Formats: sequence, structure tokens, C-alpha cells
Amino acid sequence: MSHRSDSRGGLGPRAPAHVFAALGDETRLRLVRKLCGGKPRSISQLTAGSRLTRQAITKHLRVLESARIVRCVRAGRESLFQFNPQPMEELKDYLDFVSEQWDQALARLKSFVES
Amino acid sequence: MENQIEKRVELKAPISRVWRALTDYREFGEWFLVKLEGPFVPGQVTRGHITYPGYEHLKWEAVVQKMEPERLFSFTWHPYSVDPKIDYSKETPTLVEFRLEETPGGTLLVLTESGFEKIPSHRRDEAYRMNEGGWSEQMKNIERYVTPKR
Repeated sequence: MSHRSDSRGGLGPRAPAHVFAALGDETRLRLVRKLCGGKPRSISQLTAGSRLTRQAITKHLRVLESARIVRCVRAGRESLFQFNPQPMEELKDYLDFVSEQWDQALARLKSFVES
Repeated sequence: MENQIEKRVELKAPISRVWRALTDYREFGEWFLVKLEGPFVPGQVTRGHITYPGYEHLKWEAVVQKMEPERLFSFTWHPYSVDPKIDYSKETPTLVEFRLEETPGGTLLVLTESGFEKIPSHRRDEAYRMNEGGWSEQMKNIERYVTPKR
């Protein structure tokens, strides 16, 4: 165990299962691909070229928004969606944390069986 | 992209010794720093609490999957799901596998932890080919982290 702690009182970062769940869909991945360049886009722009209705696209955007992968910004009367890299960074921190815990546990196992 | 953690350790101990350290619940607790309530039994839950100083209030729980003597020990769990206020049971557990192999110097232990993400591989690959945006950069970072370190 590491001494590292986070604001939620746990030992380490939380499994970002909701992030994975949000990404586990073809349409939402396509939306992320359109947005990950950094430029905010409107629902109309994101619907263009898709077989899906504006309503369906909006629904998918809300799922991404609830996982914080995108955020909604207002530009006058229009809603624009923008990519937020933070959840993916948290995922990296999480895997890093789990990996580090294993390094420590296996080092203890090594001295335990070799002594 | 590999979505798993893999560690390889050469142990200067006979395979039978390593097997015992992994699968005897008291010995497991010694190095894993957890006090378990009972032995590991395939298909059953093993519970306990962490013994690392300062974290004794935290629970430990895993479901044993396979015990193939001196070859494979595996369990599923919610890795480091340590916040007592969060219900982890709704989240998909990861699979931890300890594989043993006899070597001239003792035992090779290969540990893998997999299932961190459930995106089907074709979608993952698609995601991975994304243009030079922030997200594809993050995916590369993750790949670096989950690539086995020797």
C-alpha cells in the first residue's frame, strides 16, 4: 500500500468505469473523435454526415457529458460541445497507481519466499 | 493496445514454496498485507481487511476463480476499491492471475491484471487510430503504463 491518498479519503484514484462505459459505443467514439482535436462544435455540426437524428446525437452527447469526457459551453444561443481530456488523465493515474501497488506487493512476496 | 498490467518476477524459491505463499490465506496475508478470514476456495468470496498501518479499517474482498496447483491462481476483485463510502459491486471487477513456471533458478511468476476496460477490441483500435488530438495522446500514455515493464 502506498501512503498516497486522495480527496475522497481512499488510497488511490477511483476506477473510472463510467468513463469506459461511456466510450463503449460506436456513435459516442465517433463523437469523441470529432471533438478530440480541441475545437468546440455545435450539435448541428456533430449531426452532419450522421444517419442519426439530432435528438439521438444529443442523447449520446449527454452520456459523454455525464462522464465528463465532453462539456457543454454556451456560445450565444447555441450549445457547443468541447472535449475534456481530464477523465482520460485520471484513467492513466489509476492504472499507474494499481501498477505501483503490484510492484510493492511483489517485492514483499519476493523477500517473503526467498528468506 | 494491451489493457492489462503484467509483471514478471524471478523468485529464488521452489515452485511449491511460491504456490504456498500465494494460496495459503495466512501466507498471502503476510506479504499482501491483508488479514483474511478464511482460506481461498474456487468460486467463493474471501474477505478480510488491510493490515497496512493506517489503513486497517479498509476491507479486502475477492472471488477466487482458479486454483491449479503450482500453475495458476486467479481471483476477481475491484482493485484498490478502498473508499468505504463507494459501492464497488456495480463496477466490473478485474481479473488477477498469478502464473507460475519452474526455472533453473527457482520460479518465474507472471502476474496479470486485466479487464480495466470493456471496450470491444475493434472499437478500441478505432479509438486508437484517432487523429493527433488530446485523446489519442492519452491512449498512448495509457499504453505506456500498461506495457509490461521488465
